[in-house]
Amino acid sequence: MLMKSAPRDAKTLGPAATDGSERLNWHRVGILEVVYWGCALLVFFLLPQYLAFATSVLVTTLFVLSLDLILGFAGIISLGHALFFGVGAYVTGLATFAGMTEPISGALLGGVSAALLAAVIGPVLLRLRGLPLIMVTLALGVIAYEAANKLTWLTGGDDGLYGIVVAPLFGVFPWTMFAKTAYLYVLGWTFLLFLLARSIVASPFGVALQGIRDNSLRMSLIGTPVLGKLVQVYVISAFVAGVAGALSAQTTKFVGLAVLSLDTSVGALVMLVLGGVGKLYGGLIGAPVYMIVHHFASQWNPYHWMFIIGGLLTGVVMFARGGLIGIAQDIARRLPRKARP
Amino acid sequence: MSGIVLSTLRLTKRFGALVVASDIDLELRVGERRALIGPNGAGKTTFVGMLSGTLRPDSGTISLLGRDITGERPDRRVKAGLVRTFQISSLFRNLSVLENVYLAASEHLGAARHMLRPAAHHRDVVERAEEALLSLGLADDMHSKVSEIAYGRQRLVEIAIALCLAPKVLVLDEPAAGIPAAQSRLLLDAIDRLPRDIAILMIEHDMQIVRRFATSVTVFVSGSVLMTASPQEVMSDERVRSVYLGQSGHERFASNVLGA
Amino acid sequence: MEALSALAFIVLYGVSYGMVLFTISIGLVVTMGLMRVLNMAHGVFAAFGGYAALTLMNQYSVSLGLALLVAVIAVTILSWPVERIFFARLYTASELDQVLLTVGLAFLGVATLNLLFGPDPVPAALPKLLAGDIDLGIRNFQVYRAVVVLLGAAIMVLLWFIFERTDFGAKLRAAVDNRGKAEAIGINVNRLFSIAFALGCGLAALGGAMGYAIMPLEPMYPFKYLTIVLIVVALTGFGNIKSSAWIAMMVGIVDTAGRFLIPSLGAFIVYFVLIAMMMWRSYSAPAVR
Repeated sequence: MLMKSAPRDAKTLGPAATDGSERLNWHRVGILEVVYWGCALLVFFLLPQYLAFATSVLVTTLFVLSLDLILGFAGIISLGHALFFGVGAYVTGLATFAGMTEPISGALLGGVSAALLAAVIGPVLLRLRGLPLIMVTLALGVIAYEAANKLTWLTGGDDGLYGIVVAPLFGVFPWTMFAKTAYLYVLGWTFLLFLLARSIVASPFGVALQGIRDNSLRMSLIGTPVLGKLVQVYVISAFVAGVAGALSAQTTKFVGLAVLSLDTSVGALVMLVLGGVGKLYGGLIGAPVYMIVHHFASQWNPYHWMFIIGGLLTGVVMFARGGLIGIAQDIARRLPRKARP
Repeated sequence: MSGIVLSTLRLTKRFGALVVASDIDLELRVGERRALIGPNGAGKTTFVGMLSGTLRPDSGTISLLGRDITGERPDRRVKAGLVRTFQISSLFRNLSVLENVYLAASEHLGAARHMLRPAAHHRDVVERAEEALLSLGLADDMHSKVSEIAYGRQRLVEIAIALCLAPKVLVLDEPAAGIPAAQSRLLLDAIDRLPRDIAILMIEHDMQIVRRFATSVTVFVSGSVLMTASPQEVMSDERVRSVYLGQSGHERFASNVLGA
Repeated sequence: MEALSALAFIVLYGVSYGMVLFTISIGLVVTMGLMRVLNMAHGVFAAFGGYAALTLMNQYSVSLGLALLVAVIAVTILSWPVERIFFARLYTASELDQVLLTVGLAFLGVATLNLLFGPDPVPAALPKLLAGDIDLGIRNFQVYRAVVVLLGAAIMVLLWFIFERTDFGAKLRAAVDNRGKAEAIGINVNRLFSIAFALGCGLAALGGAMGYAIMPLEPMYPFKYLTIVLIVVALTGFGNIKSSAWIAMMVGIVDTAGRFLIPSLGAFIVYFVLIAMMMWRSYSAPAVR
């Protein structure tokens, strides 16, 4: 699936009738996908000393995936997606204080809360496009951040929620500071939600969504209820973002204002663009690459890091529209047929 | 007894002080083939825009199969059976022909609500799309990108899309516009073969197509309906000749009608 | 008297703030309306204008008026290669690409400002001439701010003249209204773009420079004020040149009023106004593009 645009030979995993029509073939699994998830699992065995960092990378990856769903596949430009990440984090964190320490139900609670919020604001918000949509999502994000800042009794304000306690996973696996449980737990969630995202993108719903992204007026003229579909993907994306936020709370045992910040929203956008928008794996490549590089550059003056971000965004739009995955696909296209994976 | 499938009552559209369409009354019956003719700027495209829902009328009503659809969104009208094609192709140029038609078939069959099974596994949708393409002779182009096929064939794809939506009223906006004469035969044959129970409203400038195809003709002039009658009556009408055709047009016209 | 003084404060400070916002935003209203490009980097031009003027005044003892002039001219000239290299490709690009590229340019701009001028906000010292107060009876009003209002008004009149009374303005309005038809009647829209873009950047630089004591200069300036400038632009609607001055002043007043009356939450009143207006607009126009 990473190699979507490389024309395939006749071996098919599905009805041959749709061979050659790319968007109807998203469901076909490529070998590189298997490699990717294999590597993700290998990290657990090969890099035990980095598992805490790897866990945070996975959490961010999941959040960026949720952004890809709305931005890459539905064309909804939002500069405030951290709203759902933050809601998931705070709700799950607060729930543990109320005694709900079971991790899986806690994560689900975070996801569902974010989804409910999306279900309420979506039908109103998604009537907007372009600049108005960008502005309103930005405004909502800022308002949420400041509200959390002011509501100190609820969110801990600047200090945040700390001392979050999470019950052992399945009642058996404790959360150690070596993050072994945490990593596999988050990997499990990420993989499952990725499968969900993948099946959505490959489904007729996903095909219609991309049609809406490309020309929503045209889609409405073939009978598509555009707003309804946009709201659906928005709610699903919010659920994924909410779960990511919940996982963040559960694995770091802390929720700070940063989960709602504009930094988080823009950061996810940058990572997605780096990896490649609308390719499903964009976030899964972009987030790890960005975070690893950032980790090594963390000694730098933060302003100098802005040269990197700025250069990256500008460079991608001007030279490498498909991000890292796009570059890889371009290279693959130029290889002789036999050499392609 | 053929019933009325589409009717408009005093449909009016203003852009500021300019009245672009004024009190349009129109009735279409089952199986009718109505040509909509008139000079440029006469209000034909505006009228069709109001029918499809992309333009909001300032007053007047539209009824489809007896139901008032005046305030309905474009997608609801399509679901109710009112489908239109476009003068300038608005297909998804980077998608294959099959993918373009798949979108319409998927929405029509309700598959577009499904999120779990892969698109290609919805055999009913794929087959419906394929059937529409086969019936229009587009089988070879199925997996070609729309931008790669001849313009005349692109217009056929539009017809295929319209067919997938099972329209009761089909509005064709200059279907043959921009197609070289050599390629237009394919398109015109396809239009001829459209199911007889669909009512068709076609904007056309080419009188030969009108003569071949239309069972009735409505003439638009300056935003109003001048007359609605059979092709013969319209083409021999003095007012139509003078307003629409001008002197040289009249001569060319007369020769068309007399079959020279 | 308390209340009257407070009201006067809100109006006077709001209007002077609004004038600066207007000067910065009007260029964006035109370029977004004309070129249909979402430009998140507009604040960079304002910031460079402000920094240039301040550097000239503080390090080279140039007078305020001359510093403004030089800063505006410098930024206007520098905007030309930026337009040719970056923005020219955006005219036909998707909205997402426009946002991404211009946000990227904004990041680069901020990083450059930090590299050139350091991370600290520039102290906004006023020249003696402007530092005094005018006694308006109800309350005092800084000479500087009064000058800003006058300058803003002068710009309004000048722009009105340009847009309504000159050939250039007529062509600009035609192209904003309907680009296709304007081209069809022979207007060289691409050249109009370049000129309009340069004009917009020059105005932004002027706004950043003249407003240096109201909106202090610091490397994060382009991001710090991006939101409020975009609010003015979004509320104005693309290309609606005439109403943009009034809207800018309204935004300035609402923002000032909010911060003054409800210190802890007041800064967000503008955001609520924005959301409300956008929602209202989306309901009065059809939902499908």
